[in-house]
Amino acid sequence: MSTASLLQVSCVTKRFGGLAALEEVSLDVRAGEIYGLIGPNGAGKTTLFNCMTGLYSLTSGAVKLAGAPLQGLKPHQIVKCGFARTFQNIRLFANMTALENVMVGRHPRSRAGILGAVLRGRGTRAEEADIRDQARSLMDYVGLHNKGRTLAGHLAYGDQRRLEIARALATEPKLLALDEPVAGMNPSERRQMGELFLRLRAGGVTLLLIEHDVKLVMGLCDRVAVLDYGRKIAEGDAASVQRDAAVIAAYLGSTPVGAAPT
Amino acid sequence: MLLAILPFLMGFGLGNAWVRVLDFVLLYVLLAIGLNIVVGYAGLLDLGYIAFYALGAYLYAWLASPHFGLHLPFWLVLPLGAMLAGLFGVLLGAPTLRLRGDYLAIVTLGFGEIIRIFMNNLNAPFNLTNGPQGMNLIDPVSIAGFSFGKPLHVFGMTFPPTYFYYYLFLAFTLLAIFVALRLQDSRIGRAWAAIREDEIAAAAMGINTRNMKLLAFAMGATFGGLAGGLFAAFQGFISPESFNLWESILVLCMIVLGGMGNIPGVILGAVLLTVIPEALRYLGDLQRATLGHVAVDPADLRMLLFGVALVAMMLFRPAGLLPSHQRKREFAAEDGVAEQEQANLYDTRA
Repeated sequence: MSTASLLQVSCVTKRFGGLAALEEVSLDVRAGEIYGLIGPNGAGKTTLFNCMTGLYSLTSGAVKLAGAPLQGLKPHQIVKCGFARTFQNIRLFANMTALENVMVGRHPRSRAGILGAVLRGRGTRAEEADIRDQARSLMDYVGLHNKGRTLAGHLAYGDQRRLEIARALATEPKLLALDEPVAGMNPSERRQMGELFLRLRAGGVTLLLIEHDVKLVMGLCDRVAVLDYGRKIAEGDAASVQRDAAVIAAYLGSTPVGAAPT
Repeated sequence: MLLAILPFLMGFGLGNAWVRVLDFVLLYVLLAIGLNIVVGYAGLLDLGYIAFYALGAYLYAWLASPHFGLHLPFWLVLPLGAMLAGLFGVLLGAPTLRLRGDYLAIVTLGFGEIIRIFMNNLNAPFNLTNGPQGMNLIDPVSIAGFSFGKPLHVFGMTFPPTYFYYYLFLAFTLLAIFVALRLQDSRIGRAWAAIREDEIAAAAMGINTRNMKLLAFAMGATFGGLAGGLFAAFQGFISPESFNLWESILVLCMIVLGGMGNIPGVILGAVLLTVIPEALRYLGDLQRATLGHVAVDPADLRMLLFGVALVAMMLFRPAGLLPSHQRKREFAAEDGVAEQEQANLYDTRA
């Protein structure tokens, strides 16, 4: 595994009015790793995602992908830089077919404009066929065989999660940020998803994972950061984070020193 | 084939007035296809669409009538009108990019009214639009020295200009259908559909939502401007009256009635909503023949039936008469899911 830094988040602060959702958060995700981001509800994990992918503007701080600054860019520009994401509450194009969803993901990597669409010359036809082929193979890759013609909104819940990943992969990301990708799945579905993440890493995609399932995070992630009340309270490999006193306090509540056990 | 001889069938069967109705059917099909790009494809509710029709018509009138003494040929004026409307489409789109649904509808409605009110009042201090009186004596279309303005006498028969305009409108309508279909099934069409479904997710898929929405506004407006120019040449007279809010809503109704997002549906909607009111005129004659007087004015009846038809639509065919595959699946599958859930329920009981 290379140790080159892919994503650098430095001192990111996000305030909503007087409320600081993120306070000077810094992360450093290395190319080729699976990086876990955990923390109690309301810790600011999704806010951090939204700040990195351009949905929110930063109050202060900087985000760099492979050295190029991302702050201030629009979401679609950030995707073009090679940073794709999924959403915690699945946001598929529900009334388009599964295949069309993935084909939309090819948008930043294809070119046809109005004239191309209307005249449909050889170049446009080739591009369109290419988009379709790639979308199909991505659906197979995430394990959605023969579901291309189903409306995305009618897929089973787990398949919708997979489809969202396929759609994000279609944008050819270097870094894929997944917001609670196994929430609400049963153990065998979770295991399959875990296998998919490992395959993705083997294929050269760096993963940034928000997850509540501690077992999955500990089993998969090379490194983990813990957020609590908008601050990073711990970072390191899974085992050391698990033993960290601040993390235990954040999840289980702290016991005042010397308090009498009840 | 049928389209080619239709005006003759109508002309001889029902009278030349019906050829004129056919011309209007084609104009409305053109308008509905243009509005469908904005509303059906990109999901941007536009209630001021007729303003683009007005712009195309007024530009034609300015450049080809005695008003300014300009008489430019139609093949120059028509594209200019379409371009002007397209430009205004972008001008309307730019400030409304952050608005959706109801809010966008209100702003576009305001835009439509502003254009009409401008046309109504720009006769002073400088007489640009001739105000409520409208502009008259607009040049008819003329191709290679053959003017569409005068009737043609051949083989002892007289063909009024409506026949020529039918073929001209038909050509433009077919072109518009072709363009709309090609756009729908393309990278651009998919991007519009994605924005319609979920704008944030679309942006997260690398779609430049601002440009795509402006493009939808511009394309829709261009079709509107084109239809407006044709309308001005055909009528020879335009006034702000022709471009009121009711017209915007009528075109929107055509789309909703026929099936939003689906070109055959949109065409059907436009045909029905143009032909039915005309056909209802016969009810007046019928009443006169049977009752000896007109008990119910067909014009009043028109609105009543219109309302009933729309309510019935919502109850029985909420996706439109000819819904797009997508919408059909969407509505059908809702039943399917319910059935499946019911089936699962029985499974557990068994």
